[in-house]
Amino acid sequence: MFKIVTKKVLSEVNKLMEVEAPLVARKAEPGQFIILRVHENGERIPLTIADSDKEKGTITIIYQEVGKTTKELGTLEAGDHLCDFVGPLGKAMELPSASGRVVAVGGGVGIAPVYPKVKALHNAGMEVISIIGAQTADLLILEDEMRAVSKELHVCTDDGTKGHHGFVTDVLKNILEEKGKEIDEIVAVGPLPMMQAVSNLTKSYDVKTLVSLNPIMVDGTGMCGCCRVTVGGETKFSCVDGPVFDAHQVDFEELTRRSHTYLEEEKIALENFEQERISGGGN
Amino acid sequence: MPLDKEQVRQLRRMKEKHPMPEQDPKERIKNFDEVPFGYDAETAVKEATRCLQCKKAECVEGCPVEVDIPAFIKLIAEKKFDEGIKKLKEKNNLPAVCGRVCPQEAQCEAFCIRGKRAEPVAIGRLERFLADYELEKGVETPPRPKSTGKRVAIVGSGPAGLTAAGDLARMGHEVVLFEAFHATGGVLRYGIPEFRLPKEKVLQREVDYIASLGVEIRTNVVVGKTITVDELFEEGFQAVFIGSGAGLPQFQGIPGENLNGVYSANEFLTRTNLMKAYLFPDWDTPIKLGKKVAVVGAGNVAMDSARTALRLGAEEVHIVYRRSDKEMPARAEEIEHAKEEGVIFNLLTNPVKIFGDDDGWVKGMECIKMELGEPDESGRARPIPIEGSEYVFDVETVVIAIGNSPNPLIPQTTSGLELGWKNTIKTDEEGATSRKGIFAGGDIVTGAATVILAMGAGKKAARAMDRYLQTL
Ligand SMILES: Cc1cc2nc3c(=O)[nH]c(=O)nc-3n(C[C@H](O)[C@H](O)[C@H](O)COP(=O)(O)OP(=O)(O)OC[C@H]3O[C@@H](n4cnc5c(N)ncnc54)[C@H](O)[C@@H]3O)c2cc1C
Ligand SMILES: Cc1cc2nc3c(=O)[nH]c(=O)nc-3n(C[C@H](O)[C@H](O)[C@H](O)COP(=O)(O)OP(=O)(O)OC[C@H]3O[C@@H](n4cnc5c(N)ncnc54)[C@H](O)[C@@H]3O)c2cc1C
Ligand code: SF4
Ligand code: SF4
Ligand code: FES
Repeated sequence: MFKIVTKKVLSEVNKLMEVEAPLVARKAEPGQFIILRVHENGERIPLTIADSDKEKGTITIIYQEVGKTTKELGTLEAGDHLCDFVGPLGKAMELPSASGRVVAVGGGVGIAPVYPKVKALHNAGMEVISIIGAQTADLLILEDEMRAVSKELHVCTDDGTKGHHGFVTDVLKNILEEKGKEIDEIVAVGPLPMMQAVSNLTKSYDVKTLVSLNPIMVDGTGMCGCCRVTVGGETKFSCVDGPVFDAHQVDFEELTRRSHTYLEEEKIALENFEQERISGGGN
Repeated sequence: MPLDKEQVRQLRRMKEKHPMPEQDPKERIKNFDEVPFGYDAETAVKEATRCLQCKKAECVEGCPVEVDIPAFIKLIAEKKFDEGIKKLKEKNNLPAVCGRVCPQEAQCEAFCIRGKRAEPVAIGRLERFLADYELEKGVETPPRPKSTGKRVAIVGSGPAGLTAAGDLARMGHEVVLFEAFHATGGVLRYGIPEFRLPKEKVLQREVDYIASLGVEIRTNVVVGKTITVDELFEEGFQAVFIGSGAGLPQFQGIPGENLNGVYSANEFLTRTNLMKAYLFPDWDTPIKLGKKVAVVGAGNVAMDSARTALRLGAEEVHIVYRRSDKEMPARAEEIEHAKEEGVIFNLLTNPVKIFGDDDGWVKGMECIKMELGEPDESGRARPIPIEGSEYVFDVETVVIAIGNSPNPLIPQTTSGLELGWKNTIKTDEEGATSRKGIFAGGDIVTGAATVILAMGAGKKAARAMDRYLQTL
């Protein structure tokens, strides 16, 4: 059993939890993820390690409530326990060479996985320009944290309630136009359409771009092949070969299609869950 | 009532094994309950009487862990079931599992003298009978020996790891078993389906028994990620046994394998068995299945996938296999059961391409007919494609069950391990690897094999580890 030590509500749908998992905390590196189960009948879901504290033995996760499992997780409070919590899984992200200038792009809950990478780059003495975006101001997370580790921070909202009115790619395009040559690398994490848009954009500027993929997973150790994606024409298992890949090599269409495999079932699970909550049948 | 002489004489002449009652095929494809019910005591005694109690019992040679077969069978014939199970457990820690899943027709029963002119003695069914008898009655835990103070780590809770752990605990060592998944059992949990090996009734009780011997089980630890083998030594473990199995699914590399609706058998079976997708939405993990399902391969993994697909509601399930029925590697009983349940066998057939619809879901598969040529390195006839024989058939789900190889995680993160073919770990006869204090056994050494071979390897390694620990 893994104890939740803190819980913060970051926005209506985004929550942060610090979970006691000393073995995982000892090894966690930026780019890696964990898999958890809320309860005995629960699904195994992957979440990025947003932060880790070796001394306290804790891992921070930040998640968006999108379906049954993340919503159920959201009902837990500090002091409650998770049934399973395993990691750190996946490869750590390789840091770019020291002199480099990096642009980090985080969309929605994707800001959470981007944050530890920016922090690691910042701690390694690198200058990072960050762009973060969300649908609306209330959904924007980790703004202060990101500002603290970035040389510049650009904020965008789809509805214009904060910062630039529009997509992260608009801002990224301006930056690329201005100082395209100086930029060595771009790291982008967010919803699939965002990562694909970023990838298409940076391809035309020929700037190396890393994305952290989020296919459906089961074990997270390379034994099921559920997480397979085509990268550079080859099949890779995201959980062990990734989750960070060269964006320009990723077959985003296939990935998007595969992530829709269980749409119907996800709807059923969510409806059942919400109904139980209304009728007070579940807990 | 003991059997009279005439009954004994008749039984000794009886050509067939006593049949084991089973669920009707039409009914059983609608549930996940176990298919065979097992012998009752009366039938077990009668079947045991068919055994000739050979002086030179060849059946024992066919058993990788050398169960004293005539001895335990004799005890059944004499209705001394408690003594029988003790005898069985001298050599076999997991008899309820082996009685159910051993390929007996290729092992113990293949060597039984009675098999020369009639059906062999039903050794597997008798083994299962005794094990179930004991599970029903409550398993006795042997007393804990005095601690040697030596600490051993076991990686993986499949049959190899469980056996090594149990044996080492019985020798008085402090044993900690690490498992990557949230549940123990390895393939016994995530691969072999409930209808062949009930999880709560059989597997969990066998695991509980191992734990009761003093083994500490820690799930959710991926060795190589959460902690490395080298770090286990730093933590004070004096020897490590690696039983991490062969859990890396192979694909054919044909076009269309990443379409929606194509599963590796590992994923298909893990979702169903470990995650209980057949109980969705009471359990959260879903599985998606079309009406027509094709399973590629003809081993146990393929049969399990095909029969699982039927139970999940598929209307038509095909096995697609590139050799002929003689080469099918699955247990005879599984093939038999699959046929009874209506699985359609497309032999001498190989998939070349999977087609998708506009949304990227599988809608068909192109196959080519094969013929058998000269034997290849494996000694089996080599399948050769017949040119121009391609044809397409409709299918909505494809399960690839063409084999598994070892997961490279541990081989890659452990320093100084000599490796063999496809990330297998090289060991000597007794499981010692190229590195002092590290032993290995089961599928990680042999590549995908059988439960009993994995157990045998765990047993041998435990003995070698005990000797090694005594030198420290
Ligand atoms: C490596 C990795 C890191 C991730 N990090 C984060 C993170 O830090 N924060 C965050 O909010 N989300 C993260 N995700 C996504 C997160 O795992 C899914 O949102 C979650 O599984 C949804 O579960 P659900 O039951 O709430 O919703 P569901 O209704 O089941 O699914 C909603 C959508 O989530 C995706 N999904 C469903 N099941 C899984 C699964 N088992 N594995 C992966 N994706 C799935 C599907 O695309 C689906 O359409 C990550 C995913 C991966 C693979
Ligand atoms: C579907 C299927 C059906 C089968 N049917 C039969 C049958 O009828 N009869 C028969 O004799 N054989 C059968 N087999 C083969 C048999 O199950 C295997 O040969 C046997 O289980 C191998 O045992 P093992 O202990 O070596 O490994 P496994 O059973 O594979 O167990 C390995 C364990 O190690 C864990 N692990 C892996 N990596 C790590 C890590 N890095 N850290 C921690 N833990 C780790 C895994 O999660 C797993 O629990 C079948 C196999 C399958 C897949
Ligand atoms: S363990 Fe397997 S091979 Fe040995 S006697 Fe039992 S069923 Fe036969
Ligand atoms: S070979 Fe057959 S008949 Fe002889 S002892 Fe073994 S099981 Fe009995
Ligand atoms: S999640 Fe199973 S192989 Fe990656």
